Amino acid sequence: MKHLGFERSKVRVGSFDFTCCEGCQLQLANKESTLPEFLALVDIRNFREISSERHDDYDIALVEGSITRSDEVERLRKIRATAKVLVAYGTCACFGGVNSLKNRLPQEEVVREVYDGKKVETMPSTRIADIVKVDFSIPGCPVSKEEVERVVVSLVNRSLPTLPRYPVCVECKQRLNTCLFDLGEVCLGPITRAGCDAVCPSGKSACLGCRGPADDLNFRSFTDLVRDNGLSTEEMLEKLRFYNGFADQLGHEES
Amino acid sequence: MKKVDFDIDLHHLSRVEGHGNIHISVRDGQLREAQWAVVETPRFFEAMLKGMGAERVPFLTSRICGICSISHSLASIRALERAMGIEPPEEARLIRSLAMHGETLQSHALHLFFLAAPDFLGVPSVVPLMQSHPDIVKAGLQLKELGNELSIATTGRATHPVSLALGGVTRPPSKAQLLRLKALIAERRAALALATDFFGTLEIPQFVRETEFISLRDSVSYPYIGGDLVSTDGVVKEENDYLQMTNEYLNDFSTTKFTRLSRESSAAGALARFNNNADLLHPNARAAASAFGLEPVCHNPFMNNVAQLVECHHIVEDAARLVDRLLDAGLTDLRASWKPRAGAATGAVEAPRGILYHHMETDEKGKVVKADCIIPTTQNNANIHFDLRALAGQALAEGRSEQETELLCVKLVRSYDPCISCSVH
Repeated sequence: MKHLGFERSKVRVGSFDFTCCEGCQLQLANKESTLPEFLALVDIRNFREISSERHDDYDIALVEGSITRSDEVERLRKIRATAKVLVAYGTCACFGGVNSLKNRLPQEEVVREVYDGKKVETMPSTRIADIVKVDFSIPGCPVSKEEVERVVVSLVNRSLPTLPRYPVCVECKQRLNTCLFDLGEVCLGPITRAGCDAVCPSGKSACLGCRGPADDLNFRSFTDLVRDNGLSTEEMLEKLRFYNGFADQLGHEES
Repeated sequence: MKKVDFDIDLHHLSRVEGHGNIHISVRDGQLREAQWAVVETPRFFEAMLKGMGAERVPFLTSRICGICSISHSLASIRALERAMGIEPPEEARLIRSLAMHGETLQSHALHLFFLAAPDFLGVPSVVPLMQSHPDIVKAGLQLKELGNELSIATTGRATHPVSLALGGVTRPPSKAQLLRLKALIAERRAALALATDFFGTLEIPQFVRETEFISLRDSVSYPYIGGDLVSTDGVVKEENDYLQMTNEYLNDFSTTKFTRLSRESSAAGALARFNNNADLLHPNARAAASAFGLEPVCHNPFMNNVAQLVECHHIVEDAARLVDRLLDAGLTDLRASWKPRAGAATGAVEAPRGILYHHMETDEKGKVVKADCIIPTTQNNANIHFDLRALAGQALAEGRSEQETELLCVKLVRSYDPCISCSVH
């Protein structure tokens, strides 16, 4: 296939999942109207969820999920050793995700709550970058297929993929939504990285920060905003902890 | 019978959601062992939910599953609404029903075309089918897209709903969206007809192991949200008595639990819904069932594929009805106001893969004190396990080769459309 006069070969892709709901991988099969064109760009070498054909000669590894068990660490290291480019995709892979909500409790207590006396191995949820080098991250719970398409097309064309640096509020204003703060809700739009087209606030549902912090955010100003609006700090903290995307900011606040 | 020795060891079975292994061991032509082992990493949602504010709960539980997030969201919402005495307005109920249809259609299309069909045509994935059967793949994509469009219009997006909330919904579909859905449904009936003809040409393996099918039933409409808990062995229970239907127990080879009711195992899913509610299907869906020779009570698990296709007919017709009702409605009364209070209740819904229970106990501030989620695939894992043993035994008795036995076994597991990460959660 020629692009701008250059012969371009398909990129060989593997898609892998760890501790997660597999919803991000599922997005790859969404946006059905452009699916044939999307699949024409890539050569899927390894994608257990949709194909029983599995090869270990992929260039790009898309990795979904967080790490919560020792066998996952081994499997992830093998994938890293094979892939030229490793992409963490989805909030679990990028930040630990909702799985991290169990990290606040001793892991033995977590196991007892669900499995009674049975011994089940688990460790606190960690993001992919804590175990291996990550070349690129696509956050989102789930990832947006538009953004995945953009990133894959960038990689195919050997250009550098980028994420928006600004917060969700920018996209929310473009959609002419009523600000949820004005409706008495704590919304994480002012500090969360855009790229989701403000899908949650557009559905009148507060942003819970699945895409993690925007660049150069002013966290103190955000907590002031919540306080000045007379909103609940407890609710704010529950939202900030939801996806573990603001662990650094919360760490600073609490220390 | 030939004296053969072989081991089938499939690690992380492909084209299913999540991680499961099949082990089959044959010595001297005798079946020694047949096991369905789930090795998924648990996420411990019940522990995560402890202490969470009710409002946030559906946003967390939807993350149990990337395919049936709307069902999880609505099961939690129903449990919490019943626990705190919240009555959602009628218009919100209609929107929620339409959202369930979207999710089920999307999930069934994904399973039938992407996960199951390649087995029947002897290819590793849907990708080669894009060349060999382009019209069929296109029909499958069109049905899946219709499902996703229904979910997007009713909940804000295809996966992990944004506008389903306690008390109702936060935002209704716009009139433009509803009109577009109406047109899309009318247009996509052709794709469904094509898909039905295609699946009619596939050979469904002959295999019967009698089991007990469990689903919801409300005797008014084909079940999706709430109702009585019923089984084909004649058990009827009220929603809050869900534990008497599941009787979870641990086994030593899986991270998932097993369940049982009147027999050693039971089954949930499209076939279970059909077996308990065939009389409530839309006439078009009943006609499709007759064309495939599907009648209640059907004990062939491979017919779950057909039952899913039959449900697609019901969904398309019922979605058209709901869209018309929403177009006629004012869509202004969408959410009941509510105050947190202490309570406990179960919310049962029919997720694409079967009956799903969430049980929630709240304190007076509306925070979760105790949560329990019992997933359809958890209820199917024991049935898959015992089916595998019976099927492998039958294959040996018929003198089938190792390869044929293996293909039959993976087809069987995929027929259940297991959602393994969901079942472990």
